Amino acid sequence: MRRGITATALVAALALAATACGSDDDKSDSPSKGSGELSGTVTWWDTSTAGSEDKVFKKIAEGFEKEHPKVDVKYVNVPFGDAQNKFKNAAQSGAGAPDVIRSEVAWTPEFADLGYLAPLDGTPALQKESDFLKQAAASTKYNGKTFAVPQVIDSMGIFYNKKIFKEAGVEVPKSVDELKTVSKKIKDKTGKTGLYLRGDDAYWFLSFLYGEGGDMVDAADKKVTIDNAAGVKAMTVVKDLVDSGAAKTDATDGWENMQSSFKDGKVAMMINGPWAVADTYTGKEFKDKANLGVAPVPAGSAAQGAPQGGHNLAVYAGSKNLEASYAFVDYMTSVKTQAQVTKELNLLPTRTSAYAEEPVVDNEIVGFFKPVVESAVERPWIPETGSLFAPLVTEYTKVLTGQTSPEKAVKTTGDSYRKLLDGWK
Amino acid sequence: MAVHTSQSVAKAAGDDIVARGRSRGTGNPPPPSRLRRALSTHWYAWTMVAPVVIVIGVIIGYPLVRGIYLSLTDATERNVERSIGVNHIPATYKFVGADNYTDVLTGNEFLGTLGWTLVWTVSCVAITFGLGMALANILNRRIAGRSAYRMALILPWAIPGFVSVFAWRFLYNEDRGLLNKILSGAGFDGIPWLNDPTWAKISVIAVNVWLGVPFMMVALLGGLQSIAGEQYEAAEMDGATAWQRFCHITLPGLRPVSTTVILLSTIWTFNMFPVIFLLTGGGPGDATQILVTQAYKFSFEISPRDFALSSTWGVLILVLLMVFAAVYRRVLRTQGDDW
Repeated sequence: MRRGITATALVAALALAATACGSDDDKSDSPSKGSGELSGTVTWWDTSTAGSEDKVFKKIAEGFEKEHPKVDVKYVNVPFGDAQNKFKNAAQSGAGAPDVIRSEVAWTPEFADLGYLAPLDGTPALQKESDFLKQAAASTKYNGKTFAVPQVIDSMGIFYNKKIFKEAGVEVPKSVDELKTVSKKIKDKTGKTGLYLRGDDAYWFLSFLYGEGGDMVDAADKKVTIDNAAGVKAMTVVKDLVDSGAAKTDATDGWENMQSSFKDGKVAMMINGPWAVADTYTGKEFKDKANLGVAPVPAGSAAQGAPQGGHNLAVYAGSKNLEASYAFVDYMTSVKTQAQVTKELNLLPTRTSAYAEEPVVDNEIVGFFKPVVESAVERPWIPETGSLFAPLVTEYTKVLTGQTSPEKAVKTTGDSYRKLLDGWK
Repeated sequence: MAVHTSQSVAKAAGDDIVARGRSRGTGNPPPPSRLRRALSTHWYAWTMVAPVVIVIGVIIGYPLVRGIYLSLTDATERNVERSIGVNHIPATYKFVGADNYTDVLTGNEFLGTLGWTLVWTVSCVAITFGLGMALANILNRRIAGRSAYRMALILPWAIPGFVSVFAWRFLYNEDRGLLNKILSGAGFDGIPWLNDPTWAKISVIAVNVWLGVPFMMVALLGGLQSIAGEQYEAAEMDGATAWQRFCHITLPGLRPVSTTVILLSTIWTFNMFPVIFLLTGGGPGDATQILVTQAYKFSFEISPRDFALSSTWGVLILVLLMVFAAVYRRVLRTQGDDW
């Protein structure tokens, strides 16, 4: 018994070492041969919004089987928030990684840098490369090679409930100051909260940061800029929105709470992107789709700008079925597929020629977001871009929940950026 | 620690032989080496334990040694060796000695997290033990529907942990959760359960207590049933009050059980990963982050993943728990317990 106690402590502490190493055991069987008919399995990890977008993407992905009857497409919807880590776990251990992953723009250079992606130059995956929008293609290049094909491009805007706005007799706010007065009027007239501000994801902070003239880093000068005066100002602005009651936030279930409170008409505005449109239309307030309005994000004291985002399709370097995977990526990014995606989900195509297609031309959401995307702020496409959010979101949440000051928050973030970006100022 | 223990095993075995040898009085001139004597006398015992030793060595020893080694390097996701399809990337991390330990122990992140981890462990164990003791005493009487109560109270234990935690997450939801609906129905303001650092801490403790009470209750109930009823009768005859009976019969009678469950519960709670991870993810900010969830974050959530830092935290957690177990054992021994 005497020794048992030490052993117990040892075993208990070691349970830590056994933390989950996710390994879904989907493996492509029977690789297809170089030429001739494609065969085998293509596993695709899609990260689109579950419950709305995923159904459409699943249907489209399985359409590939009609063109290539011997190929079996395995569609897997992985929640966006988990996908980056899940893919890295699987890719590094070499077991359970998908053949194709829908990689967010900022993840792409990081995955490529870690050696997880197959270069696509000269493969069937990359067709008519010049057709892609320049901004969309920017994140797919790393070290002079192309590692992904742009699937959709997006940015952010204010989504607002036209009915509530009419009831309160207000116009869409153009600046942060107007946002506060509009919110106050909405509260007074209808008792509802003006804005839902996501407190658990720093991506939703970017338009406020750009609005004050700030940015996370300046890649051209190799300089960390989050902790300058603009960064402090931006943190102060969002804190003030929450403290003054103009915005409500949630530090745990941000996405679900944002969507449900907006869809139920409990808040009048949210900042969001085209990826949320299909889900928002499922809400009872938006049975009449015309009730949803979109407007540019509010301007700060220095500028107006939303981040440019989007998703690429990348092929896992360890895929056992590269040929079929290349063909699948090409199929998913073709003009025809992109037009269908726009028609059913209001997402923006990445091919210039797709914008001439009929369902895209007539689409109101695309009509609104096209100019927004064109003027959106591009992030630096360095391998570390995807790593910049983790330290920022901790501090951002701390500011919103009153645990730290804006000054301390950006300083802590800046310090961890300098640790991450070796040799930057 | 492990080395020390195994030595004492050999030593004990050796002493044993020497003692027996003397008592037989044979005294053969050149005594074989200690190891050989131990092997020749106890070879069957060694053969029997060998598979266990090997399995433990593989599943515990290797990861432990590897973890300690990584904590002395600067290994991250970017510089470890990996082979992905056609790409092979060799390992480029290097040995940095105790740098990681110096950084961790001189920075305030580890110590800050340790502070909350201790508060979390002590309050969870104290509350679960208190509640478990109270419930065990209640259920140890002859009351109507006793087995039904027991079933109901053991239920939280039977539900998979993640299911309970997700259920609680729904209850805690600030806008749509049941708890705030009840509060607002009664005319109170809703409470930001998981969005305020202090409330979030209270919330995670409450869930862990809810999950931990059944174990305490069952263990203590077992202990209570092993105390002879005659003791209570005798005490009652002597005029002892209920409180006196509790203090002088129940508590000492439960001692062997309670010391064990407190030790186990402390170690479990200290490393209680799922409750914190699934309920708050360590948030808001990092207000509810305990040592293990933070170590997990370094190794799995941030990018590039910092294997070295995570291992350093892991080794420090192990050391802390070993120190705790050793001190606890010593305290119990000075109080005359048979540990």
